[in-house]
Amino acid sequence: MASLSTAAPRGIATTEPAWVRYTFTGLALTFLGLFLLVPLVSVFAEALAKGWSLYLDALIEPEALFAMKLTLIAALIAVPLNVVFGVAAAWSIAKFDFHGKSLLITLIDLPFSVSPVVAGLTYVLMFGAQGWLGEWLSAHDIKIIFAVPGIVLATVFVTFPFIARELIPLMQAQGADEEQAALVLGATGWQTFWHITLPNIKWGLLYGVILCNARAMGEFGAVSVVSGHIRGETNTIPLHVEILYNEYNFVGAFACASLLAVLALVTLALKTLVEWRAARQLGNDVPLEARARLAAAK
Amino acid sequence: MSIEIRNIQKRFGDFTALENVSLDIASGELLALLGPSGCGKTTLLRIIAGLATPDSGQILFHGQDATDRHVSERQVGFVFQHYALFRHMTVFDNVAFGLSVRPRAARPSKEAIRDKVMKLLKLVQLDWLADAYPNQLSGGQRQRIALARSLAVEPRVLLLDEPFGALDAKVRKDLRRWLRQLHDDMHITSVFVTHDQEEALEVSDRVVVMNHGKIEQAGRPDEIYEHPASPFVTQFLGDVNLFHGRVHDGKMEIGDYAHALGEHQTAAGGAATAYIRPHDLDLSREPGEALAAGTVEHIHAVGPIVRVELRREGSGDLIDAALTKDQYQTLRLMLGDRVFIRPKKLSVFLDAGADI
Repeated sequence: MASLSTAAPRGIATTEPAWVRYTFTGLALTFLGLFLLVPLVSVFAEALAKGWSLYLDALIEPEALFAMKLTLIAALIAVPLNVVFGVAAAWSIAKFDFHGKSLLITLIDLPFSVSPVVAGLTYVLMFGAQGWLGEWLSAHDIKIIFAVPGIVLATVFVTFPFIARELIPLMQAQGADEEQAALVLGATGWQTFWHITLPNIKWGLLYGVILCNARAMGEFGAVSVVSGHIRGETNTIPLHVEILYNEYNFVGAFACASLLAVLALVTLALKTLVEWRAARQLGNDVPLEARARLAAAK
Repeated sequence: MSIEIRNIQKRFGDFTALENVSLDIASGELLALLGPSGCGKTTLLRIIAGLATPDSGQILFHGQDATDRHVSERQVGFVFQHYALFRHMTVFDNVAFGLSVRPRAARPSKEAIRDKVMKLLKLVQLDWLADAYPNQLSGGQRQRIALARSLAVEPRVLLLDEPFGALDAKVRKDLRRWLRQLHDDMHITSVFVTHDQEEALEVSDRVVVMNHGKIEQAGRPDEIYEHPASPFVTQFLGDVNLFHGRVHDGKMEIGDYAHALGEHQTAAGGAATAYIRPHDLDLSREPGEALAAGTVEHIHAVGPIVRVELRREGSGDLIDAALTKDQYQTLRLMLGDRVFIRPKKLSVFLDAGADI
């Protein structure tokens, strides 16, 4: 309390009265509780309503297992693709000047501004049986819509901006001086990327990967349009949850939903960890680490 | 290693950064590129380094065409204005970088790299900071590490972009002297860019003054200061008073006053402007043969030089004069006093053509 009262002369002009502060903090907490915490708890409560054994049964039944597998496959393909694309896009936008740069930035944002359902529909229009490429695809026996490739495509589209969006401001702020310094010192382009660019963006990249992965696994709208909801063939976890719920299989639906909730919690924890590590790195509390890394790279 | 710059042309859109610039830099020379911001000096430096490509023209290193040689193969050392130290690496790794990225065949052993880096860190007197990270260093320390890093690869040319621009006055002065010393010890051809005329005149063997993408004048610091080749150079190198008049019969005439011009100066006649530095003006209370008369409006008497501001009679222009403390005390100047000025030395340029 003593420190509070000594700080008062400086803070008094910018601090609101107590009742204002408590009201606003209370409002925010109530809102968080009602719209985030209660649903989260209720997901687990519903999933476990009939006991642990039914919960586990719902998770290990073949269709649920298949949905998990498909979700993992979609994420495993979409995330690496987005890493490559995101780094390449951010690199070219941040380090070079070229015509159509602002157009590229706008295009990267497109998946954010378009409804996922519309995104899914465009894929149906392109690759579906009546679509532009439909005849050619069926003539060559390639199935995209109502099959795994369509799900992967939709997931890639929806998660497109996550990594690039994370890296562009970071790389723009860092500028190209360090890369140029490395080149002058005789490093090749690849060495410059590996030893200079990548270490400088690694925390931002990891952050983007975490967010991208969370979205890839949780995507519903676009995937729903292209999937066709064929059980055991084109169902991801979010789609599986919907089907079970519509069949009044609440334990099954909430059990699978709880997986997504756990994913969200893990994502949050990882995100916090990465932010904390990145802040620590900027403060450079960990000397000698970089030297070990360079030595190991040789 | 000598550098020849031949007819370099560089445009950015509508802006001409360099217009037909040619310059020879002798081996072992310490050269300053001096000019206001936007004059093209940094662009020229980056073209020499290979960080920018000229639209046309050639760069020759030691007589060999290096125009199309990639920056990583030019063997130049470049010190960036904001140091560009690798922020995720220790000081040691920063300095070692250029050696450790060499292909295996050309790479020194780990022990050799360590010896070399520690030797360089001792040279810049910062060996005790080997394990520190760049953001733990002061500006002057970062600058010296950046220099050590560029020297580690034994460059044939050292290029420095505003090397002392971001430092405070005291550190700047120390580093300036230190760079001069280093250059005298190592004899590596060096080019540095600056907008600070004092820095350029003090440190370099030769100064190249640039303006609007062209070289205005190149020469030894004393040559440039004593015999500026254009009104721009005269004004850029320091404070100057302007007097308009005519050149006639080898004399500069300003009103009733006439000043005989030396062999350096113009023979042709016509409207002209005389440029006179504040310390080249004599003040006295005697009216005979004076250039102008004025009243004392302001006296700034702190330090070894006393600065006096005069209001010129007739035109009402302000005239700056600089006196030594002794002169000032002998004159017993007071605010409002009427004094007469005589130039000890003046530079004259014809108004229209600006030719000499």
